[in-house]
Amino acid sequence: MNEFLICGKAFVVGGLICCVGQALLMYTRLTSARILVLFVVSGVVLTALGVYKPLVDFAGAGATVPLTGFGYSLATGAHDAVVEHGILGAFIGGVMQTAAGITAAVFFGLLNALIFRPKAK
Amino acid sequence: MNGKQMPDAKAYSEMVDRLTPKTPKVKGFLRAFWVGGLICALGQAIGALGGALGLSYQQLPMFSASVLVFLGTTLTGVGVYDKIGKYAGAGSIVPITGFANSVCAPAMEFRREGLVLGVGAKLFSIAGPVLSYGISASVIYGLIFWLTEVIG
Repeated sequence: MNEFLICGKAFVVGGLICCVGQALLMYTRLTSARILVLFVVSGVVLTALGVYKPLVDFAGAGATVPLTGFGYSLATGAHDAVVEHGILGAFIGGVMQTAAGITAAVFFGLLNALIFRPKAK
Repeated sequence: MNGKQMPDAKAYSEMVDRLTPKTPKVKGFLRAFWVGGLICALGQAIGALGGALGLSYQQLPMFSASVLVFLGTTLTGVGVYDKIGKYAGAGSIVPITGFANSVCAPAMEFRREGLVLGVGAKLFSIAGPVLSYGISASVIYGLIFWLTEVIG
């Protein structure tokens, strides 16, 4: 496996996904919060439809690092947990699969907010 | 309120369009593309590093997500992410570092409102909606998948 080639694919696909966000930002005046929500839910829906998995297989982090990838993790987590635990899995899998990212965001977010003061604008 | 001076919604929206400083469109896309792409390539490299450290293939996306979140919150703390955001637009919002920024920035901003209802609550002012809708969507998908598996 050529790591540079894989990073190149991640760069191109990740960049293109960000351009979709940029188009929304410029042409619809959606706030960044709405764009984040839209991307996560889109990620879940696209994964459910079987569209997103091939993109992850092709581009790796290019598809998992954008927030649509967060939705992909939620959806694959729910899917795999349903296979393993039945109906209860629908309530386990999403959060379990994304636990590391969510916990890192809360923990490091809190830590940084306690350490640093906002810069004067 | 002076009725004459209140522009109607359409006129107001046109005025906003006219007065909002324009980042030339092509430039905006190029910046979002290269910064967003670079963050994703960095995520890929961090994943490779995790692999070299002996993490399993399934753990790699979680590992790079956590490291990127760490970088995103720290750059927010020292005030650098804000500058990246002004330059890159969606290139800094869409990657998971943008999610990290959306957790950290409001928490810092509202520090003066206290450690519980300021910092603690505002951590979730954007992450809250993202998690609410994202997790709910995953539950709905899980339930539909369960139903189709059982009935189908």
